[in-house]
Amino acid sequence: MLAYIIRRLIYAIPILIGVNLLTFALFFMVNTPDQMARVQLGDKHVSQEAIDEWKDQRGYNKPLFINTRDNSEGLLTDTIFFDKSLRLFVFEFGKSDEGRMIGSDISERMWPSLALALPTFIIGITVNIVFALFIVMFRASVFDTAAMVFCVALMSVSGVFYIFFGQYFFAKLWHLVPISGYLSGADAIRFLILPVIIGVISGIGGGTRLYRTLFLEEASKDYVRTARAKGVSESAVLFRHILPNGMIPILTSVVVVIPSLFMGSLLMESFFGIPGLGSYTLNAIQAQDFAIVRSMVFLGSVLYIIGLILTDISYTLVDPRVRLS
Amino acid sequence: MLVTHSRTGRPDVSASAATARAGRKTPGRVTALLFASLVAALVSGCGDQAWNNPHPSSESGQNIIYSAFSERPKHLDPARSYSSDEARFIDNIYEPPLEYHYLKRPYELVPSTLTQMPVIEYSNREGQPVAEDSPDVAYSTYHFELRPGIRYQPHPAFAKDADGQFIYRFNSADDAAAYTRFSDFTASGSRELTAADYVYQVKRLADPALLSPVRGLLSQYIDGMAEFSEAVTAARETLEPGEWLDLRPMDFRGLTVTDEHHFSIRLKGKYPQFKYWLAYHFFAPMPWEADQFYHQPGLAERNIVLDWYPVGTGPFMMTRNNPNEVIILERNPNYHPDFYPSEGDAGDKEAGLLADAGKPLPLLDKAVYRLEKEAIPLWTKFLQGYYDRSGISGDSFDQAVKISGDGIHLTDEMAEKGIRLEKAVVLGTYYFGVNMLDPVIGNTGTAEERAKKRKLRQALAIAYDAQENISIFYNGRGEVAMGPIPPGIFGYQSGKEGMNPYVFNWVDGEPQRKPIEEAKRLLAEAGYPQGRDAETGEPLVLNLDTTGGGSSAALNWMIKQFKKLNIQLNVRGTDYNRFKEKMGTGNAQLFQWGWLADYPDAENFMFLLYGPNGQVASGGSGVNSTNYNNAEYNRLFEKMQLMEDSPERMAIIRQMLAIVQRDTPWISAWHPLSYVLNNHWVRNTKPHGISKAVLKYIAVDPEDRQQAQHNWNQPVLWPLILVAVIILLLSVPGVRAYRQRQQRRIHTMTKAQE
Repeated sequence: MLAYIIRRLIYAIPILIGVNLLTFALFFMVNTPDQMARVQLGDKHVSQEAIDEWKDQRGYNKPLFINTRDNSEGLLTDTIFFDKSLRLFVFEFGKSDEGRMIGSDISERMWPSLALALPTFIIGITVNIVFALFIVMFRASVFDTAAMVFCVALMSVSGVFYIFFGQYFFAKLWHLVPISGYLSGADAIRFLILPVIIGVISGIGGGTRLYRTLFLEEASKDYVRTARAKGVSESAVLFRHILPNGMIPILTSVVVVIPSLFMGSLLMESFFGIPGLGSYTLNAIQAQDFAIVRSMVFLGSVLYIIGLILTDISYTLVDPRVRLS
Repeated sequence: MLVTHSRTGRPDVSASAATARAGRKTPGRVTALLFASLVAALVSGCGDQAWNNPHPSSESGQNIIYSAFSERPKHLDPARSYSSDEARFIDNIYEPPLEYHYLKRPYELVPSTLTQMPVIEYSNREGQPVAEDSPDVAYSTYHFELRPGIRYQPHPAFAKDADGQFIYRFNSADDAAAYTRFSDFTASGSRELTAADYVYQVKRLADPALLSPVRGLLSQYIDGMAEFSEAVTAARETLEPGEWLDLRPMDFRGLTVTDEHHFSIRLKGKYPQFKYWLAYHFFAPMPWEADQFYHQPGLAERNIVLDWYPVGTGPFMMTRNNPNEVIILERNPNYHPDFYPSEGDAGDKEAGLLADAGKPLPLLDKAVYRLEKEAIPLWTKFLQGYYDRSGISGDSFDQAVKISGDGIHLTDEMAEKGIRLEKAVVLGTYYFGVNMLDPVIGNTGTAEERAKKRKLRQALAIAYDAQENISIFYNGRGEVAMGPIPPGIFGYQSGKEGMNPYVFNWVDGEPQRKPIEEAKRLLAEAGYPQGRDAETGEPLVLNLDTTGGGSSAALNWMIKQFKKLNIQLNVRGTDYNRFKEKMGTGNAQLFQWGWLADYPDAENFMFLLYGPNGQVASGGSGVNSTNYNNAEYNRLFEKMQLMEDSPERMAIIRQMLAIVQRDTPWISAWHPLSYVLNNHWVRNTKPHGISKAVLKYIAVDPEDRQQAQHNWNQPVLWPLILVAVIILLLSVPGVRAYRQRQQRRIHTMTKAQE
């Protein structure tokens, strides 16, 4: 397995270089360093000298890929691409365009993101699986049909609506939780309850329908029929046979997102004022801080690749038939 | 009827029991756990305060003002910051030599850390004293005398051990590795403010590496500033990146420190507006110890920088700076004696603004600013009493304010809560401008062509109904501008005398927009009868360059205004950078722009149309976005900018306004109005169009607030109970159905076996 993991990690390098090149080209085609400087320096009294100084301080006055002024070691290293993109491979994120250290910001903001994403993820998965199993138990009944209609209805509603609905009723009208905000430590719970509930409820429709399909597929297999023929109760069939075997495809969709939980939720964090990495990315996009956006895109790619590798590994843990080689 | 059978024919008790347990209790347990944790978190987290209170319970009942910020500040270094969003923090921490009187209008400068207003001495090229109005004035020297005994806030940069050595000075990043956050520096110290600190800050303004936005402007006036910048650049080349450059020993020709409490700044020629800059945070003192402290190795990597953690002598100090969540200012324990003003404007006493006269400042212990990106939560929290003051967004305008025949008033809901409405004219001007270099509508071509294009602009100015625009899109929060200068600034003229005669007629004691027929006549004279080119018959198409898209209601409204003259308005939406590029290169045609005052002087608005300030002429850095360039206007501006306010100056301003009104480089303009709501426990709030250093005057009644919060935020529990009952009611048939399902399966199987 170790050899497999190493091989996968090596495969990841060209993917990351590709992502890096694409984002680099995209950002520098969209905006020149002069334009970035103007955005950061504001509208009043901005001289060309100040723009040049800004670029100089942030290394945007260097050549893009090849520094012909430097014939020795700086030929490739004293360039914008090396400084701004290749350093990301050793997780040196550098400074944001407004001058703050991005690495420091990320390490600070990933905790609120996790505080929101982790409970939403765990509770969401649990609720979806339990709900799907119940539906499977009552398959082909009125309950099944009603539950599916309910799920489709939940899926059809925009995520923003859940947020407005929750904020209006739970926070504004009934005064049960703060409408938005965040405090660190134990105080954070008060602020996380509503977004977690909304996150869970908004995911029930899609999640339950997917898991129901997977469980129904399992329920029609021979070993389940055998179990029933043996006289095993329906609940035992569900929880002891269908659930463990149905977990294999579920892992595909679940494990891959675990590392990305660090990245936070753009929507939830913005509307609920949670200072995580989701809102960090969104703010950076709004402020055209491309140094942050580049870093977050790269980090997202790395975490996604890690998620895929973890998914492969988890297969071997839950399915003895799968061997990584 | 048989019970469950295993393969052996015996009841499968263990399996069925286990699965039944799992089936019956797991979901119930999860629900119960969720519900219990919800209630526990609500109850334990809140103590005796309301459940929806977004502030920590430990702050309950304290003398704190709660406010919000929507954009995290970019710079808190007084040399770099140039935004009102940042000024609201640092202007309450740093103290420039002068400040604005809180209550008096028109705006009046008073000494802040000085014993008196600066004494200005004029001299000729040889350095000989001359009279203020002498044509030989080559230099103006401002002499400052500091009040003794002013001390800096406690700060680790000053912390010294028993031997008098600085505690926090590191030789390498490894030495500083233990200090990952600013709060890790537990020791602090202070020292007295000296004249050298002000001089040090002016030197910082000249440092190109600091990117001070006013360096270019001030270099034109402060003697020796440009040369000092060059010297600093040269000195930096010998240093490692990020290494501290001690500016103290470097000579700056225009700056002199006489002793601990006296210094002077020498300007080239006369620059009367300089006094206003002296009330700006750019001129706040900077102790060299702080500059050195923040330049130590390893600190910048942890965002421990002067741009993020200010150190000043003002009434407040920043004790927490997490711009992702909260920024907290607390009373500076070393703040010098300062008292609430005992005199103000007419009506201030009746408004209760002098009730705290003579009381020591600041009146608050703490100011908490929380990050609020979204308007709805911010507004809701204000209504719940968790924010003390609020602006009014367009979404909540109707909920807050009603407009009737006798003016603008609060709605009944707001009035019942005891909320107060504050209205004030913002010292700013938004305008719909023309690129005067444009070949179709600008001031180009022969004299005859220029006259025609002027008529085209005048026609558009008549057709474009700014008042309607303000009413529809800004809820009436604005005033149609007759010129660049807003109300409240010397040079503004109300009434008939101030009216733009090219756009309005004076009817029944008020300006009335000229009829559209007048605009059509002008359009025909401009060579576009019925909106078509008289020679080619082609329709006249004008382009509006904007950073937005082309489908919003506001843009559609604009298209309709041009339609009145049968002119097609084409909206060219682009992103901000492309827009700036177009403006800088003179490729825009029509655009919208705005200006907020740096200081309350007519020069700060009239320079928006001064030729040498043109965007194109200055390579994109000028403030004259229209590229308007009228020789007579320029000449009058150069004269007016050197004058103190006087009838003579007013006469010149009127001449300039007349030129601008005739040439119409702005098709339309308006001055925004600001509406602020205050909860009833907040007092001493008076809008100040310029200064942000007003926090020290504001007071709150914490007990009153606590009571209101309690009354307004009683939790409504019936929805929770209802949900619990529904879950309970659903679980009963659920359990029954589950059991039936179990039995039906068994029954079926049993029948099959039979």
